Amino acid sequence: MGIIKTDKVTYEYIRRDDEGNVSGITKAVDEVNIDVQPGEFISILGHNGSGKSTLAKQINAILTPSEGEVYVDGLLTSEEKNTWEVRQRAGMVFQNPDNQIIGQLVEEDVGFGPENLGIPTDQIWERVNESLKLLGMLDYSKHSPNKLSGGQKQRVSIAGVLAMHPKCIIFDEPTAMLDPHGRREVIRAARALNDVEKITIVLITHYMEETIYSDRIFVMDKGHIAMEGTPKEIFSQVEKLEELHLGVPQATKVAHELKKAGMPIPDGILTRQELREELKKCL
Amino acid sequence: MVREITIGQYYDEESVIHRLDPRVKLVATLVYIISIFVVNTYIGYIFVALFLGVCVALSKVPVKYIVKGLRPVMIILLITILFNMLLTPGEILWKFGIFRISKEGLKAGATMALRLTLLITGSSLMTLTTTPNNLTDAMERLLRPLSKIKVPVHEIAMMMSIALRFIPILLEETDIIMKAQMARGADFESGNIIKRAKALVPLLVPLFVSAFRRANDLAMAMEARCYRGGEGRTKMKPLKYVSRDYIAYAIVWLYLAGCIAMRIFM
Amino acid sequence: MSMTLDHVNCIYSADTNHSVHALKDICLTINDGEFIGLIGHTGCGKSTLVQHLNGLLKPTSGQILFDGEDINAKGYDRKALRGKVGLVFQYPEHQLFEADVFSDVCFGPTNLGLDRKEVELRAYEALKSVGVDDDDFYNSPFELSGGQKRRVAIAGVLAMKPQILILDEPTAGLDPQGRVEILELISHLHRDEHMTIILVSHSMDDVADYAERLIVMEHGSIVYDDVPGEVFKNVRELERMDLGVPEVTYIMRAIRRIGYDVDDTTTKVDDAVEQILGLYRDKNRKQDI
Repeated sequence: MGIIKTDKVTYEYIRRDDEGNVSGITKAVDEVNIDVQPGEFISILGHNGSGKSTLAKQINAILTPSEGEVYVDGLLTSEEKNTWEVRQRAGMVFQNPDNQIIGQLVEEDVGFGPENLGIPTDQIWERVNESLKLLGMLDYSKHSPNKLSGGQKQRVSIAGVLAMHPKCIIFDEPTAMLDPHGRREVIRAARALNDVEKITIVLITHYMEETIYSDRIFVMDKGHIAMEGTPKEIFSQVEKLEELHLGVPQATKVAHELKKAGMPIPDGILTRQELREELKKCL
Repeated sequence: MVREITIGQYYDEESVIHRLDPRVKLVATLVYIISIFVVNTYIGYIFVALFLGVCVALSKVPVKYIVKGLRPVMIILLITILFNMLLTPGEILWKFGIFRISKEGLKAGATMALRLTLLITGSSLMTLTTTPNNLTDAMERLLRPLSKIKVPVHEIAMMMSIALRFIPILLEETDIIMKAQMARGADFESGNIIKRAKALVPLLVPLFVSAFRRANDLAMAMEARCYRGGEGRTKMKPLKYVSRDYIAYAIVWLYLAGCIAMRIFM
Repeated sequence: MSMTLDHVNCIYSADTNHSVHALKDICLTINDGEFIGLIGHTGCGKSTLVQHLNGLLKPTSGQILFDGEDINAKGYDRKALRGKVGLVFQYPEHQLFEADVFSDVCFGPTNLGLDRKEVELRAYEALKSVGVDDDDFYNSPFELSGGQKRRVAIAGVLAMKPQILILDEPTAGLDPQGRVEILELISHLHRDEHMTIILVSHSMDDVADYAERLIVMEHGSIVYDDVPGEVFKNVRELERMDLGVPEVTYIMRAIRRIGYDVDDTTTKVDDAVEQILGLYRDKNRKQDI
């Protein structure tokens, strides 16, 4: 079994009217099966309201499925005795950089998780320094988080999760509120954790440029997995992605249009470097 | 505007006072406040002021910075002095119309002003030299006996520290929402009290909505990081007394004894 | 109805040791009917600059003239000015406060002192022009989706019928679909309603397709102020500022570097495709001969 495995996971939101009667049920996630292997970097793409964040919150046992099962490292998330173990093994980074930093100093925030786990004091410090170093934030350990840039705040949040020594980290739209510079900082950090520390990464986003380096991509739509495959496989299907209101990286778009007009260009061009090489061949 | 208030904002510096255990500082501040009301002679006040002066000097916080922090409370200070001067009956010195200033009033006003200044300077020295987190930690530890009678000491301390973290964020947000509504023609500055109170609705509703959203997000983030109350938690920065803390305690108690002695024997 | 900034400086916390020179000697004229993209990194002063344009902030020195009049002069009606120079803040949906969508949009025009009928007419038109359904008019704005909320918030400013519309990062946090919808809406306001638009962004890709004039700011100063094509020639400098040029422009530059004569200021996918196809056909034709 993979490190994260979902079996027909369904999550329903119950809508209530003003009197509190049930007025309808929305299936945010509908019979989703995914299986993530240890050390993988996977992305979940989808437009707002596609159910991708609801799925993510179930991997961390913030939500438990209405139907179906989620296993993290072999632990069933819906069993109450597993909750804390699951949250330690599958850490989570959220969207809003301000609303997930608890500490008043960078180091205190990173220490928050280990404190909750009951780690002895000297080991907390080791973990905090090691995590901050990995994310290049050690120089800021005595700073107030309020004075940092968005990208730096997110790196502090990642360090805070890392200090809990998780096996995988779920990034729930970590870049949605950042500027391009901050977005690059965060994605670079996620890739480094995957490369160097071999931590399994689940990246949830609606920026397709951020997913091109992942091992596999899942595309969600209306609570279902609409597409699944490697970046090349996914981005070969330009029309289908556009149908799902997602669009593709611009290099891919240009390549696709050229191919449609009859030029001999292969499917699944992801970067402008790839496009340049192909154009060299046929111009 | 709001951001210019510096009273009690932590001033980062390496000094003996900064390094003291926050519990010592908290107790010392309490003792100091009591001492201000124990002494009642000029020599007594000089003694208190000297004690404060030594502490300020040791803390390395520039006097200018402290004085700047006092500015916003000046108005309260002036009002207190004025009331004391005007309303204390006694031997009249000056009189214009219904206002009369008595000798006793002058004295009471001066004493009050002196006491308030000493009090505010002293307590702001504590917050200037102690990070808010240390302060909440100290409170949590000092109040721990109360948790035996079911007072949620840990929760209160956690709430305080979170509130302190979010105050600057919410202040900034207030500023933005205010400007955004002004860009839609809102007017927060003119009109009578009722009109002004009504004008605050477009500011307060979004602010509350946002505060609730933040609270919700934060609760989720804390749970995701395995927070489940004070039980089983370890401390990254546990409070531990060292020799200088015991010495400080001794000095503080001696100081209080000195003040009481002055009160009784002078 | 042009707006002129004459040697505008803005210094925050001027009399302290942590003073910030947020705007440095800005000289600028915004002409009627322009579509300006205002680009710069977080903290470059672009948000500070736009808040000067409707009198929310006062310059430390220098003058801002709207229609020839100093907007910071004593007695100048700044409330009326804010009706003429509409400013949509970042994440504008965070300022919604009324119980229903329609009342919220009425807030702006009501503050301008218009009569009830005119207020409601304007609110209706504004909501229509941003594409909000009649069905949603009397719903709570807090129950709408993120993209819809933002449109309602924009309608709240449009209902004041501004001549200049300034939008600070209007696409922040939206998904690709929402982003395109908002940008199309802005483009429509410019094209069909002849509004002067200032679009503030930190993403070249966002503004390149729409703006007729680009203003690039760094450390409180204007670095470039020109048509997009000219600005994009300074790729190295733009990259140093961590702004870069649009992705399509990069592609065209790459093609140019391998020896083909293409326009490397192109920003639109369609234009790029057309040029590359032209090259491809030329080559095939030559081979046929």
